[in-house]
Amino acid sequence: MFFNYIGGIFKGIKTLLTGMKVTSSYFFRPSKIVTQKYPENRKELKMFDSFKGEVILTHNENNEHKCTGCGICEINCPNGSIEIVSMFITTEDGKKKKAIDKHIYHLGMCTFCALCVKTCPSNALDFGKDFEQAVFDRARLTKILNKEGSKLMKGVE
Amino acid sequence: MPFDIYDLSTFTHWIDTSLRAGMSPFWAVFTEFVLVGVVFLAFYAVVGLFLVYAERRICAFMQCRLGPNRVGPGGIFQTIADLIKLLFKELIYIKNADKILFNIAPFIVIIASFLALAAIPFGKGLQAMDFNIGIFYVVAVSSIGVIGILLAGWSSNSKYSLIGALRSGAQIISYELSVGLSLIVIVILAGTMQLSEIVEMQRDGWFIFTGHLPAVIAFIIFMIASTAEINRGPFDLAEAESELTAGFHTEYSGIKFAFFFLAEYMNMFIVASIAATVFWGGWMPLHIGSWEGFNHAMDFIPPFIWYLGKTAVIIYLIMLFKWTFPRLRIDQLLTLEWKYLLPVNLFNVLLMAFIVLKGWHF
Amino acid sequence: MEGVLPINQVVSEVEQQEYIINMGPQHPSTHGVLRFLLSLKGEVVQYVQPHCGYIHRGIEKMTEKITYPQIIHLTDRLDYLSAHMNNEAVSLCVENALQIEVPERVKYIRTIMAELSRLASHQLWWAAFGMDLGALTTFFYGLRDREYILDIFEQTTGSRLTQSYNCPGGLMNDIHPDFQKKVKEFIKNFRKVLPEYNQLLTGNVIFHERTKGIGLLSKEDAISFGVTGPSGRGSGFSCDLRKSHPYSAYDKVDFKEILYTEGDTFARYQVRMDEMLESMNIIEQLIDNIPEGDYALKMKAIIKLPEGEYYQRVESARGEFGVHIISDGNKNPYRVKFRSPNFSNLSAIDSMARGFKIADLVAISGSLDLVIPDLDK
Repeated sequence: MFFNYIGGIFKGIKTLLTGMKVTSSYFFRPSKIVTQKYPENRKELKMFDSFKGEVILTHNENNEHKCTGCGICEINCPNGSIEIVSMFITTEDGKKKKAIDKHIYHLGMCTFCALCVKTCPSNALDFGKDFEQAVFDRARLTKILNKEGSKLMKGVE
Repeated sequence: MPFDIYDLSTFTHWIDTSLRAGMSPFWAVFTEFVLVGVVFLAFYAVVGLFLVYAERRICAFMQCRLGPNRVGPGGIFQTIADLIKLLFKELIYIKNADKILFNIAPFIVIIASFLALAAIPFGKGLQAMDFNIGIFYVVAVSSIGVIGILLAGWSSNSKYSLIGALRSGAQIISYELSVGLSLIVIVILAGTMQLSEIVEMQRDGWFIFTGHLPAVIAFIIFMIASTAEINRGPFDLAEAESELTAGFHTEYSGIKFAFFFLAEYMNMFIVASIAATVFWGGWMPLHIGSWEGFNHAMDFIPPFIWYLGKTAVIIYLIMLFKWTFPRLRIDQLLTLEWKYLLPVNLFNVLLMAFIVLKGWHF
Repeated sequence: MEGVLPINQVVSEVEQQEYIINMGPQHPSTHGVLRFLLSLKGEVVQYVQPHCGYIHRGIEKMTEKITYPQIIHLTDRLDYLSAHMNNEAVSLCVENALQIEVPERVKYIRTIMAELSRLASHQLWWAAFGMDLGALTTFFYGLRDREYILDIFEQTTGSRLTQSYNCPGGLMNDIHPDFQKKVKEFIKNFRKVLPEYNQLLTGNVIFHERTKGIGLLSKEDAISFGVTGPSGRGSGFSCDLRKSHPYSAYDKVDFKEILYTEGDTFARYQVRMDEMLESMNIIEQLIDNIPEGDYALKMKAIIKLPEGEYYQRVESARGEFGVHIISDGNKNPYRVKFRSPNFSNLSAIDSMARGFKIADLVAISGSLDLVIPDLDK
């Protein structure tokens, strides 16, 4: 009984000391620090290729995109964060054709489920790698993805 | 003695005599009071702010983090920035709170810790009040703080605060016993309660070495009990962040909250000072038997540095407790005191008395 | 004077009064917007009334308006720490309804991903459980190691928490070429770190005092309340669906079901600690043997389930997660019911916490590992 009492005390102290050893060992090993200084290391921060940032419409150097305005991304989006405003243009050979006027994307409603990117028949959409999406005004979360004056890439139907 | 070059008592005596030469004794004493008060106030603020910073930095390193590193070099001014923020914060008044008690409580807590500073010897001749019952005074004064905590919890008109305060009351009153008894062990060994004399007696060896096993046991118990008495983890039941959100100071905001916060850190400093003074020789340099050269070299380190160094080590230990252990439950807390610490402590007092009677100590 | 009562009457009136406090909706230890209504006698809990619904988003109703592939992104947001298992449940349910068999590669990857999620979830639970008990450092160690897994997730799926990686018919995209290397690296590293967890918390005498014999849940109670997952297995309720009803690649791996019979907080803790080891075993058995093949079946553009009711359950990190789909043959489900493990687990808290102290209630609710968005749906 008495020895149990004394033994209990020593056993308890031993377990406490092992715990203290762990924390103390980290204190004396600053090389184990894992946190980073964020704004300073902005240049080194590279997101993975598959990172799902905002949805973007890829444009090539001639300011051309692949979006035909078919609206499949709009149908597939579960939150209604994509709106496509289409228009009809007359092509060179005089035919009327559907094309996008505006590809509106509401970043604030997007849940990054990747259904739009995956289902796009002409692979026009992609995910941006920008991870700093904070803005001061909610209105700025609504973006128009097709750039000013851009047109459909040749050969994409 | 070489460390007499650092003796500050001649300097303080010179201030005293020159003051008394210039004015009547009443005004001389009054001026001294004001001087000491101002010095302590500055010391209190600096140490308090530094300790808050140190704790945040130390715990960050233990947790593989960097801790505050933005304001000033290495984040050293972080706590000053925090203080300024707290100063500008609104003092929220609680509906149906007992206004007078609610406002007085933080002051009682801070005054209690302030009073205890007076008796601590920071260096040779660097002590505001050298009471002949120094230890008793510190123990008595530091237990006033619990009244502040109880009042804060009671007057806040909040159930969380009340539970926190009642826990704190039960806790501090029980652990006072252990603190007192573990100090009594040393008082038996030293034969005096005067802190300056206790330090002086450790000239040739600190009590933790000369006092055999009882002194070591007393030191361990003192560390545990004093951690409990200053309401720090693993005994921070009065605050118990995960149970009572913030316990007795849930309803405080702005600078009144800062008072509680500062007082907690200063209490930690005072407890560490007492432990360093009573067990580790205070400002006394480390002397080992007959190693003349070593002893001589140690003497050249100023006493104030010795004192701060020892205090810092003990503060580190207290911080290590907090950041390692889970919190105890209230009944376990009381079990630890009444079933473990107190019996061991009483036995320890007996053992020390026996050793001293037989003259087995060094 | 009127109104002044004799002292014994005052005392008895005080005794009759309940001391009721609200723990939550904003409280550090309820891990979200859950509210406990406690009746206290001193420190002792008389009864606990959990009030949930503060984060109810109507996910079950929302699924009636969207197509089956779109449900995936909502199940991510139920139990966000086992998002992968929830997605798997929906995918399996739809696949079973269509009576299609996904390629072996998909099954293997799904299993590995599910076990990684379980590891990440248990790490976060360990971190938060330590913090509930006041050992604040555990929080950072747990999160530090979880970071490796989240990086692996991000590299392959593109997100860290709400992965949306499964879809009916397979996976959204193939695994990253570095996936296997990184997973092996993580396991090697984590096997070294896990003993540290034990030194810091498991062996600690204060921790033992705080958890042993606290929050007892008998096997009968566990079964009648429907407490599943590690919480149920801590009471000796053998409820591991991976063992009893194997899905995906669980029938191809050799692992043991962790069972503890004590039924206290410490047993639930031990189950989870051992499950972390088991999860690593499962991953190690699978990671080198991922067969070649397609990562998804070619599905029709619009998935329509045949008329009928379909149920599929999986073992999520917290217990049995079930999906019940009623289809009327349209592209949208007629009705979807999610069986969330947390809701059943929470129901046992009153019988577990009665007679224990407030601090124990925190430990008990921590050991149930509640995720409130899953509970409220």
